[in-house]
Amino acid sequence: MADEIKKAPAAVKVTIDNITVEVPAGTTILNAARQIGGDVTPPAMCYYSKLEGSGGKCRTCLVEVAAGSAADPRPMPKLVASCRTTVMDGMVVKNITSDRVQDARAGVVEFLLLNHPLDCPVCDQAGECHLQDLGYEHGKEGTRYEFNRRTFEKEDIGPTIQLHMNRCILCYRCTYVADQLTDNRVHGVLDRGDHAQISTYISKAIDNNFSGNMIDVCPVGALTDKTFRFKNRVWFTKPVDAHRDCPDCCGKVTLWQRGDEVLRVTARKDEWGEVKSYDGKPGWICNTCRFEKKKASDWTIEGPTVINRHSVISQGHYLNKQQPKETIQEVMGGLKPRLLMDIHEVSEVNKLELSELPGAATSQQYKTNSNESSNKTV
Amino acid sequence: MQLTQRSKSVDRSPMTFLESLYLWNIMKGMAITLRHLFKKKATIQYPEEKRPFSPIFRGLHVLNRDAEGRENCTACGLCAVACPAEAITMEAAERLPGEENLYREEKYAAKYEINMLRCIFCGLCEEACPKDAIYLSQTFAPANYGRKGFIYGKNELLIPHPINEREAYLKALGDRTPSARIQNQPNA
Repeated sequence: MADEIKKAPAAVKVTIDNITVEVPAGTTILNAARQIGGDVTPPAMCYYSKLEGSGGKCRTCLVEVAAGSAADPRPMPKLVASCRTTVMDGMVVKNITSDRVQDARAGVVEFLLLNHPLDCPVCDQAGECHLQDLGYEHGKEGTRYEFNRRTFEKEDIGPTIQLHMNRCILCYRCTYVADQLTDNRVHGVLDRGDHAQISTYISKAIDNNFSGNMIDVCPVGALTDKTFRFKNRVWFTKPVDAHRDCPDCCGKVTLWQRGDEVLRVTARKDEWGEVKSYDGKPGWICNTCRFEKKKASDWTIEGPTVINRHSVISQGHYLNKQQPKETIQEVMGGLKPRLLMDIHEVSEVNKLELSELPGAATSQQYKTNSNESSNKTV
Repeated sequence: MQLTQRSKSVDRSPMTFLESLYLWNIMKGMAITLRHLFKKKATIQYPEEKRPFSPIFRGLHVLNRDAEGRENCTACGLCAVACPAEAITMEAAERLPGEENLYREEKYAAKYEINMLRCIFCGLCEEACPKDAIYLSQTFAPANYGRKGFIYGKNELLIPHPINEREAYLKALGDRTPSARIQNQPNA
């Protein structure tokens, strides 16, 4: 037995969808596929490379192993979870080339969506939701579920984080964040089976300084930012990279702006939707940066965040845009053109400083706002 | 290069005296005018008389309510992202306890504006809407002396209340939307 371990090579070759890649021994199939990148990477809803012990819960990363290893080329009888299965030398893995995998994944998506409320029009995560992407990619158009969806009572877990238990897929990522980033976890998964839910049990506020990272790791809209609640749709905001000197965290964030207003602050995400690493350390950000620094002057802005052009977030962000030069003033000897209407004088939208509100705007704010503006006009 | 067989070469020979009087040509032209006097008129006397709209005519937008009079719109922004003319803007707000009779969902559009000067009436907002909240009716935007009158807010767009102002509601609803079909069912 000991000899066999000694003989195991430091680097193994694995073939995923006919692409061979060499990875260190002990790498999981999912991480090997991520080294190749692109379409051959299985989706992952629960696995998070920056969180120890995550993975193995959602079953979306199932792949077919057509040959176990060079020494034992028998195929594995069942589909395996690629986030938990380590590669062997000479392993042949099929992901998008296998109909079985695609079929199984469609089934997994159907199960994940069984109790999902499908309230994407209301949900703040829409547009950057992994479950939404997965549903569009693999899901079926209709549902076969004929019963009432499982619902939970609304629970307040603190002033900054909004919990929507109905949307949760129980990936456990947020509990790993609480375990590994914060001193003592005050929330977890309660009850079993169909009744399992994320809760703080006695509605104890989650007030640890790094608790906000749960929002970033949540693959669905179960944990969202209360300071961003309903303020805008993600795809109408403009993501820019920014940093500040933070004594607690790396201070490298993405600001989601509308005009110069900072509506939301998140950690920077890599191509897998995970928090980016700096010098080998995950770039988690603290709650001060996330929830309290909502002014553009708090930050040093580096430039626009690179967004995949297939993402809805990139809509309206025109690359290489060339504004035509305005020549009217030159031609008219310095006279400004007389505009017949300035839309900002007429429009009633954008009158409220949304970034200054601690939570979602309500009819109260709009009422006082309209009173103020009517007073101004009088 | 000859592309068709119908081309005619231009006759550039000088006109004779008879031709230069244009008598025959004037008569030909007058005959056409006379013929048109007795043809069916192409114009109508608007606004006394109105043309029937095509069943797929796309006119002024209406923000819909459900049967209980609650606003359907949840400010999801899909109409605005679908809009090729970028004419739609909105601001969302959270429904407070006690406002359940006003708004159907937890989130609603506190402000909803369509710039009718930008709108091209393509109907993509109607197609994008997941809540049957916006549709294009069979009327068009009335003329206005100023441009400011073409920024339509919720006051202008929202359909009348289906219970309190039933007649105005049914008139605004028309007969094409899914909710109109439900309303027009005999047992409804």
